Amino acid sequence: MFAKIILPPATGLNNKTGSWRVKKRPKFLHQNCTGCRQCYLSCPEGCISGSKKEYNVDLDYCKGCGICANVCPVNDIIMEQE
Amino acid sequence: MKEFLEGAVAIARTVATCKPAVISAYPITPQTHIVEELASLIANGKLKAEFINVESEHSAASCVLGASATGVRVYSSTSSQGLLLMAEVLFNAAGLRLPVVMCCVNRAVSAPINIWNDQQDIVTVRDAGLILLFAETIQEACDLHIQAFKIAEDPNIMLPCLVNIDGFILSHGYEPVEIPSQDLVDKFLPSYNPPYKLDVNNPLTFGPLVGPEWYLETRYAIQETLNNDVKKKIVEVAEEFTKLFGRKSYGLFEEYKTEDAETIFVTMGSLAGVIKEVVDELRERGEKVGLLRIITYRPFPEEVAKVLLKAKRILVLEKCISLGAKGPLCEDVISVLYTQVSSNGSKLPTVQNFICGLGGRDVSKEELLEAYKDTTILKFIGLKKENLGSFI
Repeated sequence: MFAKIILPPATGLNNKTGSWRVKKRPKFLHQNCTGCRQCYLSCPEGCISGSKKEYNVDLDYCKGCGICANVCPVNDIIMEQE
Repeated sequence: MKEFLEGAVAIARTVATCKPAVISAYPITPQTHIVEELASLIANGKLKAEFINVESEHSAASCVLGASATGVRVYSSTSSQGLLLMAEVLFNAAGLRLPVVMCCVNRAVSAPINIWNDQQDIVTVRDAGLILLFAETIQEACDLHIQAFKIAEDPNIMLPCLVNIDGFILSHGYEPVEIPSQDLVDKFLPSYNPPYKLDVNNPLTFGPLVGPEWYLETRYAIQETLNNDVKKKIVEVAEEFTKLFGRKSYGLFEEYKTEDAETIFVTMGSLAGVIKEVVDELRERGEKVGLLRIITYRPFPEEVAKVLLKAKRILVLEKCISLGAKGPLCEDVISVLYTQVSSNGSKLPTVQNFICGLGGRDVSKEELLEAYKDTTILKFIGLKKENLGSFI
C-alpha cells in the first residue's frame, strides 16, 4: 500500500494556496500604471500577469502579502479587505 | 562448495552475486570490512558497480537513497554510531519508499566508547518503517542478504531492509560458508524493476511537503505494507529460497524444540547458538525447554503468540535495553501475548526479561543455566557488582 505522494509535475497547481490568504487582497486600479513591471517581478508567488494598465492577480494562489502594493511606484495597487 | 570464510568477506561476496549498481560507505570506524571487500571486488573488476566513498554515514545513506531513487539496486553497510548518524536518512528512505538494502553490524553505542557487540544500535531505529532481519550464523546472514533484495524490491513493498549481524561474533568470525553460484542467484533474484524512478523523460516529484491532511496516510500505508505484504513476502521468499538453494530458511522466526516446551527462550541473533546448547542440555535432564528465535523483528511476527501461549514461562534474552523501561524485544513479546490473551481469554505465561551481552560481554552457557533457575522479572546477566559504586 502506498500514499499517493509520488507525483507528476505541476500537480501542485491543484492545491489552491490562495485559501491561505487572510484579510486582504490586492486591487489593481489601472489608473496611473506605467507598465514598469515591478509588481510582476516582485510577486513571490508569480501570480501577477498582464501588461500596462492590464495587470491582474490570480487569487487562486495570491497569499495577500502586499508586496505588489508596496513596490508600486505610482500607488496604482491597493490592499482591500476580503 | 563450502569455503572457510570470515563473516564480512562472505557477506561481501554474497552481495556481489546480487549485483548492486551503487555501493556507498564511510570507510572509517565504525565500519566493518564488508564494504572493504566490496571495494576490492569492484577495483579488481570482479563486480561492476559504482563505489562512492563519502565523508560520513549520513552521506553514505543519502548516496544510496539518491541512487535508489534513480532506479538501481543499492547497498551499504554500517554499525553502531554510524547507524545512528544514518537514522534521519533511514526514516527518509522508508518514507520515500525506496528499497535500500543494508547490513547493520550490531555494536554498542557510546558513551563510554565501546566497539564490541550488542544490539542497541538497531533497536533505536526500529520505528523508522524498516524491514529488520536478524541472522544467527554467517551462512544465514549471507542467505538473508539475497532474500532482503527480493523482499525490499517487491513493487508492492518498496521499503528499506536491514540485515542485522552480531558484531565480531559474525562479522569477524570464521565459518564454513557456501557462497551461492551466480546462476542460482540470478534465477532467484530478478533484476530490479522499480515501479517508479527519477527519470528526466518522465519527471516525478519524490518527497513533497505534505500537510496534516496527507502525512497520516503515509504512515498507515507503511504499517499496512509491513504487516500484510512484507510478512507474506518474507514467508514466500524463505520457502522459495529453501527449495532453490537447498538450505533451510525460516522466514519470520525459527522454533527449536518448542512442541511440548513449558519454558521457551526467546532471542534474536547469534545468541541463539548458545541457547540451543542450553536447551539441549536441559532437555537431557528431562526439562521441557525450547527456543523461539526471532528472525524478522520488524514487522514483528504476531504469529509467535500461538507458539508462546502454549508455554508456562517465557525467558526473553536480549542484547539491548530501552533504558528506563525494559528490553524492547520483551516489550514486543508481552504486547503480542497480551493482545492474543485479551481476545481469547487464555492464561498468560510468566514473561521474564534477561538483559545480557551488552558492550560485548560474553554470555556463557553457565550463566544461561543460572538464568533458567532465576525467577526475577528483569535482570542483567553477568553483572559485576564490584564495577559499581560511587563515580570513582
